[in-house]
Amino acid sequence: MRMSMRYPVAMGIAAIGLSAAGAISPAAAADDTITLGSAISLTGKYATNGLNTQRGYDLGVKRINEAGGVKIGDKTYKIAIKYYDDESTPLRTAELFERLIKQDGIKLLLGPYSSATTKAAAPIIEKYEVPMVEAEAASRSLFTQGYKYMFGIISTSEQYVESSIDLAAEMAEKNGKKPSSLKVAMVFENDPFSLDVRAGAIERAKKYKMQVVVDDKMPRDLNDISATLTKVKALKPDVLLVSGHEKGASTAMRQIKQLQVNVPIMTITHCESAKVIQNFGKVSEGVLCPTQWAETLNYKGKYFGTAQEFADLFKKTYEGYKEVPYQAAQATAAVVVWKEALEKAGSTDATKVRDALSKLDIMTFYGPVKFDSTGKNPVKPMVLRQIQDGEYKVVAPTKYATAKLEFPRKVAY
Amino acid sequence: MLSSLELLISAPVLNVQLLLDGIFIGAVYALAAYGLALVWGVMNLKNLAQGDFVIMGGYLAWMLVNQGMNPFLTLPIVAIAMFAFGWAIYRIIICRVIERDLFTSLLATFGLALVMQQILNQIYGPEVQSINAGFDSLAIFGGMVTVAQVKLITLCITAVLAASLVCFMKMSRMGQAIRATAQDPRAARVMGINTDRVYAFTFALNSAICGAAGVLIAMIWVIQPFYGIPYSIRAFVIVTAAGLGNLPGVILAALGLGVAEQYAGFTLGAQLQQFTVVSLLVVVLLFKQFQRGRKRQVLQ
Amino acid sequence: MTGSLPKGILYGAILVAGFVAPILFPGYTFSIAGLWVMILLALTWDIMGGQMGYNSLGNVFFFGIGMYTCMIVQVGLFYDVAEYTAHSGAVNVHFAPGQYFTGLTLGLAAAAAVATLFALVFGQLILGLRGPYFAIGTLGVALSAGELFGAWPFVGGGGGVALPTYPGEPDDRAYFFYVLCMLLAVAAFAFLKWLYSTRFKLVANAIRDDEEKAEAMGLHTKRYKNLGFAITAFFLGISGGLYGNMIGFIEPLEVAYPVVTFGIFMIVMCLIGGKGTLWGPVIGATLFHVVRQLTWTYMLGWQWVALGGLIIVSVVFFQQGIVGWMQEKWPEWFGIRVDEKSSMDDGFEAGTAKKEAA
Repeated sequence: MRMSMRYPVAMGIAAIGLSAAGAISPAAAADDTITLGSAISLTGKYATNGLNTQRGYDLGVKRINEAGGVKIGDKTYKIAIKYYDDESTPLRTAELFERLIKQDGIKLLLGPYSSATTKAAAPIIEKYEVPMVEAEAASRSLFTQGYKYMFGIISTSEQYVESSIDLAAEMAEKNGKKPSSLKVAMVFENDPFSLDVRAGAIERAKKYKMQVVVDDKMPRDLNDISATLTKVKALKPDVLLVSGHEKGASTAMRQIKQLQVNVPIMTITHCESAKVIQNFGKVSEGVLCPTQWAETLNYKGKYFGTAQEFADLFKKTYEGYKEVPYQAAQATAAVVVWKEALEKAGSTDATKVRDALSKLDIMTFYGPVKFDSTGKNPVKPMVLRQIQDGEYKVVAPTKYATAKLEFPRKVAY
Repeated sequence: MLSSLELLISAPVLNVQLLLDGIFIGAVYALAAYGLALVWGVMNLKNLAQGDFVIMGGYLAWMLVNQGMNPFLTLPIVAIAMFAFGWAIYRIIICRVIERDLFTSLLATFGLALVMQQILNQIYGPEVQSINAGFDSLAIFGGMVTVAQVKLITLCITAVLAASLVCFMKMSRMGQAIRATAQDPRAARVMGINTDRVYAFTFALNSAICGAAGVLIAMIWVIQPFYGIPYSIRAFVIVTAAGLGNLPGVILAALGLGVAEQYAGFTLGAQLQQFTVVSLLVVVLLFKQFQRGRKRQVLQ
Repeated sequence: MTGSLPKGILYGAILVAGFVAPILFPGYTFSIAGLWVMILLALTWDIMGGQMGYNSLGNVFFFGIGMYTCMIVQVGLFYDVAEYTAHSGAVNVHFAPGQYFTGLTLGLAAAAAVATLFALVFGQLILGLRGPYFAIGTLGVALSAGELFGAWPFVGGGGGVALPTYPGEPDDRAYFFYVLCMLLAVAAFAFLKWLYSTRFKLVANAIRDDEEKAEAMGLHTKRYKNLGFAITAFFLGISGGLYGNMIGFIEPLEVAYPVVTFGIFMIVMCLIGGKGTLWGPVIGATLFHVVRQLTWTYMLGWQWVALGGLIIVSVVFFQQGIVGWMQEKWPEWFGIRVDEKSSMDDGFEAGTAKKEAA
């Protein structure tokens, strides 16, 4: 009998302990601070970019607070961020966002890292009608569900490899071949983001009537795709597309090197965060890397100056970066967007802020931000960079290009 | 899937590539699996942290290489360090579970695996890492088949390691003691063998073998704190298929698994490669059970 | 009989506390619902693991089967599943309240049925394995199921799939799923309380202690093993369906087949609380859930190390668990056996409760 009594007692203790844990943050949010909330991947498989995201957010907060904070009416507020760790799994996300909204009373959210976690968060914020600015989830399906409170500032995932296929078609025509004669090989990680990239690639390939000869999906903890690459070598495609966060990029580069795979157009996502130039040297020559943002782009915003100035500041603030990952830049941009939206709304009321966000039209160091009715930001283009002589050079779109595409990819193994 | 098969038939040289890759990687599995067979056979320990010892070895080597050391020189150093680590783990945890029921060792080593991968993650971060041993690939059949030199060297190292292990087990005093303990711990104790020391040594030896396998894996593949589980599973598949205390069997099963995986990846696609390994485990178990059932009928 | 009145008060108090808790702490509805799910996972693991000595590492197999079955039924009743899960995300779906609740009810029923069916089929193959081989074999089944669902585009593959949205206020939704999770856990508890008062427990314990001897005594061990497996699968299937709907988004490796998280948690919870007892899993789950929430709030980044350490310590040093330890310490508390009549009553309750949950 007595031992059974322990159960409700333990429940009670649990509840008290939990509420004590939760009670701290609203109390800490003093009158002159606006607290944003986010659950990002600080541990687990996305932790590299989770950290990049966090640093981006923190740098944005720091800079904006230094510049006087957010001015609403005639009062200025500092901003702060409350973080939780989602352990890189969507399983945690829903619970954490509910916790942010209900326990911590946070009404303004920043997105998590990765499409999978954002997919899990979206229904929650929609239900509670709390606006969220997300900068790390590119999955297109996030913007087809009619969500009203989610605003994404990055280009959606189908754009990652589309331009590579366009380039291939362009080159084929230049060389007197039909685009429909081209063969495409695709190796994508089996996760929401990469599968979405794949959907975009398949549509584009269909448009040119290209033939998809390899369409493999990498399981999450598989570190060997040599069988797939053997297939690629045998089928001699004209385009090879690889997407699988930095894990996929590293694994693919390593085995492309060992198997000496060469394909005229070879596109790999997440090159920068996988540090392929440092790790693979000359083997990475000629690889195309789609990127949301590059420091060489001629954008200029109010708080960070030009893209290059942001990059310098970021490298000065955080040690150990040779390239500033775009994940960090877009995270900072999300904080900038929040500041602008809050000032425009003149209130922290969720509905007013949401309306302000939907009418926002600004230029930042990260590029233009103007949301369409589905909440995505179609005015910012995606750029494609090629590794040439150990440097990233923008090769497409032509408007931003700083170098000519090297075609076909030349590499000495 | 069918088109992949056709491709294999129309270009038979691809089989060479798949076989070679399978054998190279199977050789490394053989090391991890032999370690598992050793601790399983000698001390009846089913070590679910096997793969994490492998990954830890890989990270130690990676760290040393970053300090400017030659990748191959790290092998003995990592093996020794992992030996010491294994000994410590034995003293802290393993010695308390070997006499307990079968499930305890599985769960305790699972907990150990969890702690190890998380600590590796905290120290080295979740990025994928690899060691660049600085070798090229040999291209044969007009470039259709490539053999990374480092994989060839790895295969030789594995062979040498396996051979020296066999010699050690057969010739040395400790090897004999290990074999005696495996046969009958009580009798061994009566004969004056310090079985506790033998257990500690066996576990440490397993840890050292795994560490060595990890060094090789870091050189030919990539490592990441959470990549241990696939190696643990593969080691279990191999040992359950080959049986305990059967080194030739372990090597054959390991090479077979390596090749099977390559073929599965080629024909079914990378998404089913892992599935093939795991379902092979289930099939092997069921087959063994079926065999045992038949034996039981014969006895009746 | 003397114990029945205070016992009734106790159970009543727990039920009332369960219903009231999310109203008192509305911010924790989700966390406490998670606790009920954990209790259910631990209780069902203990049927095979604790009582029968068949330590499964792959019970999440049924959890995931239930989750996906429920999704397929919920969606498939009104839309084309393949189109719904397609990654282009072009379909914008809407479920009317009637459709939603019909789908959910039928989905959960189907989840229970399909999971039980799988248990019976797989049981034929896998229940012949003994000891560690059974553990490894079940682990293999669960892992390969996760991989297989990840490679199956019909259910969304590795990209996962969002479940139909609840047609009401968010607070209502939280409470709705909370109550369902709680009722399921309570139903499972009541059912097991009755089950353990029947011959089943005796046979199960006989199998655990010595299967050969039990067989030699003329017990149909296989029948009982299948039965235990099927009961486990039945409850896990429903809870999988419920949990998937509560999360709102399912994907194969981490939500549906979380082999290395939930699959291990359920065992650890039983070990902490004391396996082979009725209250052990409940206490273990509560303690574990609280520790997990706390480490994860206060030891950010090291929470998994702490959890792994907890597993090692509980397995190595404290294997009998809390209830086991109390049984050793104060055996007289456990000396009183439940008499025939009250267990019959419990059985009746369990029957009705189960119907409600299904």
